[in-house]
Amino acid sequence: MRLLLSKTGVWIAAAAVILLAPTLFQSGFALSVMGQMGVAIIFALAYNMLLGQGGMLSFGHAVYFGLAGYFSIHYLNLMGEGLVWYFPVSLLPLFGGVVGLFFGVLIGFVSTRRAGTTFAMISLGFSEMATALTLILVAFFNGEEGIQTDRWVGPEPFGITYGPDIQVYYLIGIWCFVAMVAMYALTKTPFGRMSNAVRDNPERAQFVGYNTQRVRWLAFSLSSFFAGLAGALHAINFEHVGFETVGLAQSGFVLFMVFIGGVRHYLGPILGAVLITLLTATLGDLTQAWFLYFGIFFVVMVVFAPGGLAGLIMLHEPVWKTDIRLAQRMILPYMGGLITALIAGFGLIGLIEMIYFVSHKLAGDTDVLLYGFATDVSSIYSWLIYGTIAATGIVLCRKSFPAVRGSWNSAMDDVRERFSA
Amino acid sequence: MEILFFSLFNGILYGLLLFMLSAGLTLIFGMMGVLNFAHASFFMLGAYFAYQISQFIGFWPALVIAPLVVGVAGALVERYGLRQVHKYGHVAELLFTFGIAFVIEELVQMVWGKAPVPYEIPQSMKFTALTWQGMNYSAYRVFMVLISVGIFAALYLFLKRTRVGLIIQAALSYPDVVGSLGHNVPRIFMLVFGFGTALAGIAGVLGGNVLGTEPAMALQLGTIVFVVIVVGGLGSLGGALIASIFIGLLTNMAVSFDIPFRGFFEALGVSPEAMGTGKDLIDMTSSGISPILPYLLLVLMLIFRPRGLFGQRDV
Repeated sequence: MRLLLSKTGVWIAAAAVILLAPTLFQSGFALSVMGQMGVAIIFALAYNMLLGQGGMLSFGHAVYFGLAGYFSIHYLNLMGEGLVWYFPVSLLPLFGGVVGLFFGVLIGFVSTRRAGTTFAMISLGFSEMATALTLILVAFFNGEEGIQTDRWVGPEPFGITYGPDIQVYYLIGIWCFVAMVAMYALTKTPFGRMSNAVRDNPERAQFVGYNTQRVRWLAFSLSSFFAGLAGALHAINFEHVGFETVGLAQSGFVLFMVFIGGVRHYLGPILGAVLITLLTATLGDLTQAWFLYFGIFFVVMVVFAPGGLAGLIMLHEPVWKTDIRLAQRMILPYMGGLITALIAGFGLIGLIEMIYFVSHKLAGDTDVLLYGFATDVSSIYSWLIYGTIAATGIVLCRKSFPAVRGSWNSAMDDVRERFSA
Repeated sequence: MEILFFSLFNGILYGLLLFMLSAGLTLIFGMMGVLNFAHASFFMLGAYFAYQISQFIGFWPALVIAPLVVGVAGALVERYGLRQVHKYGHVAELLFTFGIAFVIEELVQMVWGKAPVPYEIPQSMKFTALTWQGMNYSAYRVFMVLISVGIFAALYLFLKRTRVGLIIQAALSYPDVVGSLGHNVPRIFMLVFGFGTALAGIAGVLGGNVLGTEPAMALQLGTIVFVVIVVGGLGSLGGALIASIFIGLLTNMAVSFDIPFRGFFEALGVSPEAMGTGKDLIDMTSSGISPILPYLLLVLMLIFRPRGLFGQRDV
């Protein structure tokens, strides 16, 4: 993995994807979703500097994201009124980053003495305080309404006005690329290594002569800088910042994204950010229960795949690196696992959607549209059918999942044998 | 003067409710080191179950059945979820309970909707129990106080005077030793988890109709319960009681004696007109900042005394 990433090819590919994506997906909706993905990627990577690389679980990282958003949007507004010096909108994310850094340095100083539960609780406390403040300091936060702005201000260098969405997309894209490279480079510095060391064994790091608090503090501050950068981009993208951007829900959302993507790999948070943003944008309108599925998915990941999606993929790295034929042998059991899981999911989703419909329906409604079929919830047969499918799927999963595990184990045994031979 | 007594009463009442919630949590936390993020979600489940049961067979059966159901649900979550995650460490456990809290909130919305449900005080309790200093104290509130005090007494005696309580206490401090003495520690954990969530369920049954039963209630109270645990000290029942009542009084007093901070700023020589957008800062009152106070206490406590008031170990 490291070998792969150190090749500049990956970065060129990433740049090409960012550049060419708008030519493939041209609709306004796609553009907006891709913009959100860019912001989510920066925020998720920043968050993973804490969780994955520094071992600090934060429930309040949205504070820096949101505050930077508020400050940026106020700056834009003041600029529109001509009250402050002109600052190019293209560079506004830097301003947001500095705001994030400022609060990160301040709050990081008091909260990074210990990692673990203490740190998590302090971050939760600051998160709740920030949320309460948005409703108290009305002039700055404007309560539940939040603040609006117009990003089309000041001179127009090279015709860049940020009127058309495509320009905002490229602004986010470029910053996303810069931030990805910068944060990747950070993991390779001595600081990045020390951050890992403090995560894995703070006592030993202390004996070597490092001040663990200072290492955590630095990680926290830098992470807040990038979170602030993402916050400013968020503000420019939506031309609006609401009180929910500093809250626990936002912090939880980025935590879910990062964890589902995988905390132990640099690409994990990117994977999580892209996937979850895409799913939320597409499924969020399709089903009311999306957040329920999202939460269940997260819990299942915590229990069965603490390495996240990236971790699951990397479990198979030794297999395909040794011999691709070993991987081919695994296809059949894996397909079995996938199909049985899909059957179980099909049934369970049907049941959940029906319960949702029953408890939210208007009087007289009986039919819910499930997988394109009008399903009568007042009939016992609909429940029986989906119940049977779900039960069958679960029973089959109990057979197919051990087979998946078995095939992985035997492939790994082969790998070990070849290495020892 | 009436306001003082009334807010004292309400503060203590709110504090006792917090205590019922945090008693289970502090046991779980002290024993397993798991800060159960979902604890207040079980409180919410208690309120919703009580609402649903009281629709069919009335409040009094609900007071018994709902906490039992919640306790069983809690034990199942421990047995089939938390125990699997245990090997990945405390951060993974915290993540797991965070996810469970999220899922429970969504499940509640799935079944009962986003709007509050009309869970009401039982008709038989809707009278004024006592009038003192010109204020009326309703029977239900007095009943709540009695129940919570009873629970504290029972819990205290149970932990200090019975054999089972002693084993639990021992497992709290030295789980390995208790395990090697032949006690099934994972089973004790499961039972304590179930018992703790059942206590939260009782708090939900009693508090749901006073505080309002809605999907957001778990999050609102959940974080405050953490404050209680941290301030009171890890695994300390007495600490939890004192911290609960202190926080109950603090927030209630801040609201009922709405002290403006304007005079304070003016004494410092800051004139409100000169502040511009900072005007809100000067116009703050103690009731305005009352939602912040518990979290301020939490952060200060963790920074300066991570073991809390009566804790023996750091968080």
